Amino acid sequence: MESQINSGDTAFILISAALVMLMTIPGLALFYSGLVRRKNVLGTIMQSFILVGLITIQWVLVGYSLSFGPDRMGLIGGFEWFGLSGVGLDPNPDYAATIPHQAFMIYQAMFAIITPCLIAGAFAERMKFSAFIIFSLLWATIVYDPLAHWVWGVGGWMRTMGALDFAGGTVVHISSGISALAAAIVMGKRIGYMRDPMPPHNMTLVVIGAALLWFGWFGFNAGSALSSGGLATSAFVVTHIAAAAASITWTFVEWMRHGKPTILGAASGAVAGLVAITPAAGFVGPISAILIGISVGIVCFIAVVILKNKLGYDDSLDAFGVHGVGGTLGALATGLFASKAINPAGADGLFFGNPGQLGIQVLATVVTAVFSFVATLIILKVIDLVIGIRVQEEDEIMGLDLSQHNETGYTF
Amino acid sequence: MKKIEAIIKPFKLDEVKDALSQIGIKGNTVTEVKGFGRQKGHTELYRGAEYVVDFLPKIKLEVVVTDDMVEKVIQTIVNTARTGRIGDGKIFVTNVDDVVRIRTGERGEDAI
Repeated sequence: MESQINSGDTAFILISAALVMLMTIPGLALFYSGLVRRKNVLGTIMQSFILVGLITIQWVLVGYSLSFGPDRMGLIGGFEWFGLSGVGLDPNPDYAATIPHQAFMIYQAMFAIITPCLIAGAFAERMKFSAFIIFSLLWATIVYDPLAHWVWGVGGWMRTMGALDFAGGTVVHISSGISALAAAIVMGKRIGYMRDPMPPHNMTLVVIGAALLWFGWFGFNAGSALSSGGLATSAFVVTHIAAAAASITWTFVEWMRHGKPTILGAASGAVAGLVAITPAAGFVGPISAILIGISVGIVCFIAVVILKNKLGYDDSLDAFGVHGVGGTLGALATGLFASKAINPAGADGLFFGNPGQLGIQVLATVVTAVFSFVATLIILKVIDLVIGIRVQEEDEIMGLDLSQHNETGYTF
Repeated sequence: MKKIEAIIKPFKLDEVKDALSQIGIKGNTVTEVKGFGRQKGHTELYRGAEYVVDFLPKIKLEVVVTDDMVEKVIQTIVNTARTGRIGDGKIFVTNVDDVVRIRTGERGEDAI
């Protein structure tokens, strides 16, 4: 068995795992914390940081087994791999034949970590830390692990059906983005929303965070090839193209509509492009990537700048507007642009003569969205009944840094 | 003795400071302040959410001088800080009863 391990592939996946961790801390942590008011900077960073710890342990104990363990009726993995029992250094050819099983496991752990962190953008600046921890652990176990099994696990029903999701468009972005919408609705608006100014307190942090997300995303998407050859290169290239196209699209749409191009627009567009290309990378070519980037730049701009204000929910940092909307667009676009010429193990999409693929993508998207929304709603309602999910009014006005952690981000 | 307090545009600070030292003003105190007058504020736009910022950053420059220097200092500040556009700032002049140099105990004009 030892001889099957390819050192190039193993090195690439371990580095990719580290890159995906970089997306969460400090990438996402900085991106989100710059967007909030200064009194919540540490509370926001803490939400990402603590989940690196918590979800890692959850993943090692039960999460990995539930997600990738031996299949139960296409719905969930069994407990056979509890505590990584049997998950050793020999390859598991079901998932990746040329790297140690533990390399695959730790790479997937980083995906499990970042996904609940993304949701936090919806309820930023007002969730109780204790409730956040319970919610994230329950969400990872009840929502993420089954979804990962459906889409990626051997025997998972979406995988068997032929749904294409290269790097987590459904599992990571639709699930977290739709859950974010549910969370924003259950949580309610921040005190003073639409009345008091709530501009980002540090745009430079936002830009550093977005740049680290872009950088780490190469590990996220190219690494999902699980080997370091042509497929990884193709995924890497289209990932970069889509981010570039979406970034300039958002910026120019904003420039035309509001008269000024903003760095927040350029950063938001880049993230939207990365979200949309996530399921499609590894299945689509460069021109498709440009089209996906342009369309997600326009659609997410509309969702964040126009739709949110019309509908009135307080998705504070646009987790739904970027990840939910962008992820949905990406999953559907995969059904349009996928091509066997890029990846023979994939499928052709509608534009390459296979309209059936779009139907499969629609089904996978709708089921993921409904499941995530309902499950998140129930989890949050139950936690709210038991311990309450929202901080006291006084604590919200004082800020999470002081009220939840007894610290302040800036001392001058 | 008079205290001259000038609220000026931040980018004019170096020019004003150099001009004052050329006419023999040996020290002054500078503070970063925020405020608004006729210039009003500006709007900021983040992901489509518009915020009106009322208070604009300005520099407050304080200098205490003997009575015979007052007009010269005022003219120097006006000449160097003026851009001709709205928001150039204001100068306030007030009486100063006494000045003490802490190191030596000198009083009055000797301490300036």
